[in-house]
Amino acid sequence: MDAAYLIPALPLLGFVTLLLFGKRLGDPAAGWIATLAIGSSFLASAVTFFALMGEDDHHRAVTKHVFTWLDVGGFKADAALLIDPLSMTMCLFVTGVGTLIHLYSVGYMHGDARYHRFFVYLNLFAFSMLMLVLGDNLLVTFLGWEGVGACSYLLISFWFERESAAVAGKKAFVTNRVGDFGFLIATFLAFGAFGTIEYHGMFEQLDGAAHTTLVAIALMLFLGACGKSAQLPLFTWLPDAMEGPTPVSALIHAATMVTAGVYLMARMAPVLAETPGVLTIIAWVGVITAFVAATIACAQDDIKKVLAYSTISQLGFMFLAVGSGAYVAAVFHMVTHAFFKALLFLGAGSVIHGLHEEQDMKRMGSLRKWMPITSATFIIGWLAISGFPGLAGFWSKDDILAGAWAENKALWAIGVVTAGLTAYYMTRQVALVFYGKERWRDHAEPHAEPHADKEELTEPEPVAADHHDHGDPHESPWTMTVPLVVLGVLSVFGGLLNLPFGDLAFLHDWLHPVFPEDIAPEIHVATNTKIAIGAAVTAVALVAMFVGFRLWSTRAERKELEPELLKRAWGIDALYSFLFGTGGGLVAAESAAVDRVVVDGAVNGIGNVVRMGGGQLRKVQSGYVRNYALAIAGGTVLVLGYAIVRMGL
Amino acid sequence: MSVSGELYLAVAAALFTIGAVGLLIRRNVLVMFMCVELMLNAVNLTFVTFARMLDDIGGQSLVFFVLVVAAAEVVVGLGIIVSIFRRRTVATADDLHILKG
Repeated sequence: MDAAYLIPALPLLGFVTLLLFGKRLGDPAAGWIATLAIGSSFLASAVTFFALMGEDDHHRAVTKHVFTWLDVGGFKADAALLIDPLSMTMCLFVTGVGTLIHLYSVGYMHGDARYHRFFVYLNLFAFSMLMLVLGDNLLVTFLGWEGVGACSYLLISFWFERESAAVAGKKAFVTNRVGDFGFLIATFLAFGAFGTIEYHGMFEQLDGAAHTTLVAIALMLFLGACGKSAQLPLFTWLPDAMEGPTPVSALIHAATMVTAGVYLMARMAPVLAETPGVLTIIAWVGVITAFVAATIACAQDDIKKVLAYSTISQLGFMFLAVGSGAYVAAVFHMVTHAFFKALLFLGAGSVIHGLHEEQDMKRMGSLRKWMPITSATFIIGWLAISGFPGLAGFWSKDDILAGAWAENKALWAIGVVTAGLTAYYMTRQVALVFYGKERWRDHAEPHAEPHADKEELTEPEPVAADHHDHGDPHESPWTMTVPLVVLGVLSVFGGLLNLPFGDLAFLHDWLHPVFPEDIAPEIHVATNTKIAIGAAVTAVALVAMFVGFRLWSTRAERKELEPELLKRAWGIDALYSFLFGTGGGLVAAESAAVDRVVVDGAVNGIGNVVRMGGGQLRKVQSGYVRNYALAIAGGTVLVLGYAIVRMGL
Repeated sequence: MSVSGELYLAVAAALFTIGAVGLLIRRNVLVMFMCVELMLNAVNLTFVTFARMLDDIGGQSLVFFVLVVAAAEVVVGLGIIVSIFRRRTVATADDLHILKG
């Protein structure tokens, strides 16, 4: 069990090593060291996992004390790790998927000017993420929470020479701040209510706490989760975050960091169980986000933007599961989503790479002939996310929708529509990229025109080789295809983690100590109903896939299916920039006027009075001795006169 | 025969007034300087007078201090005046108003 210490320690060690010697190690040694660090962290997770398996159900929550961090008055916070089924599940997929993405980055970032720095950030991110999931109290979790936020910022604006990347990083950071504020307030409230911020310490005292306080804590934590997991209304940063290198999008903005909000909700499940009203809010926010993001994804042209909105939509599904009390389904979908979304992002990166930094799906097409491994694995990811029977996404989405059905039929209906949209937009993407005509040929030459400036500035050519033949797309090197294949296999078989048949619900049984019945009551859906629901969802998905394929594999331009409103993401960005940009500008202008007139006026006024007064007074200093003497004499007479009058002489 | 103290005081007041007025209206630095001496000694005279009238030695001893300070003042003052005369041919007090604010 002591291997648990190594889980976060190894990426930290990798981070320090690369920070000190990264530049000297260079390309590709720095990348290999980073991969080694996170890979051995995965091994440590596996060892800890099996050690925890060896314990019986009631002892599957071990606290590993590292050092006492703060001990001030009544406030005590330890740097301690909480090893339980939930945190180990998170650790395994964070380090597992993380290792694959590190490996992929070794090839993808090859030739970049700041190669070693990329892996410095990546290791630091892995460390922060592991602290987040392993933290034994809200403070340690918050440390990781802020750490991943900072790394996200650094990695989104990794190519900061590009203004759009720098701006996107800032946007992500500022939006996350809004959520972090909620997290902090919740921490304060929890300390006020419970006198401790340790998870188990808090959960033991739930009965004594006022209901209003619990609602406030739950809502504030949900605000934090909304920021980190890109839910309405704080989701606008995630699509912009695609400015970062593609492995970053896969690791941080699809597989791991953005699921931190879902993790936090799952971790605080005992609190949420006391506040059913908040659960309803979470479910509705989740399902509405899922639906809105899915509609936007239908009209995007950028291969990564589609995946970004898809991620938001899938995260919405996870919150829907949390809100329905189906925590296991949420964690299950989190894991399967990590598999297939990381796969899709890495596949997209491979495509972008193969096409020399082309991201517009309208300029792709027929790539399956040129990039066999990428297209095969991408198609697996597509089937998995669409809910094709048997693949990972099918099982986890089914679980979520069954939970939603038990909670509220309206939630379920929107969920099904969203699942259909998911299948549709993913099919559209696959059809545009891998089928149809070879549209990239039309654009190979006039590469110059409006796209040129952007093109020059986009991702620095990761592979320096074949720089010259700007001709045909090419398959990526093995470091990039191996992770694709592994993730492809996981996307196919990920569903085996939690099959809804009796003893096969491994994940459910494994997580049972974290979500016992009094927190997450068993969701009762009759078997027949369950099958009917599953069949209905699958039918919707299959029809959507069929329609999508028929529509988009033949033609790439269908204006009527890409309304301007959806292209512009429902105008939410514009609304925000109106509210906070224009509105904020007005407030700032008014404040500036007040500053100029009132504050500056007072300061300058005092200065003017003093200066003018001094100007008058200096005339007294005439320089003539007799004047001074007269003043002295006059003054003496006055003083004496006063004294005489006062003394009544 | 003894002259009454009031007369001494009257003489002292007259001397002081002459000195003060002289200081105010004359521009010759040396004359102004002598006026200051006149005022100082008028004060000395009152000290001595009061010492005798009140039969208190304190007034007389204070005179010694005034004399010493006056002597020191003369030294410094004359030194300044001499150095001013070295630089200028005429030197009235009004010519020296370069310290005007």
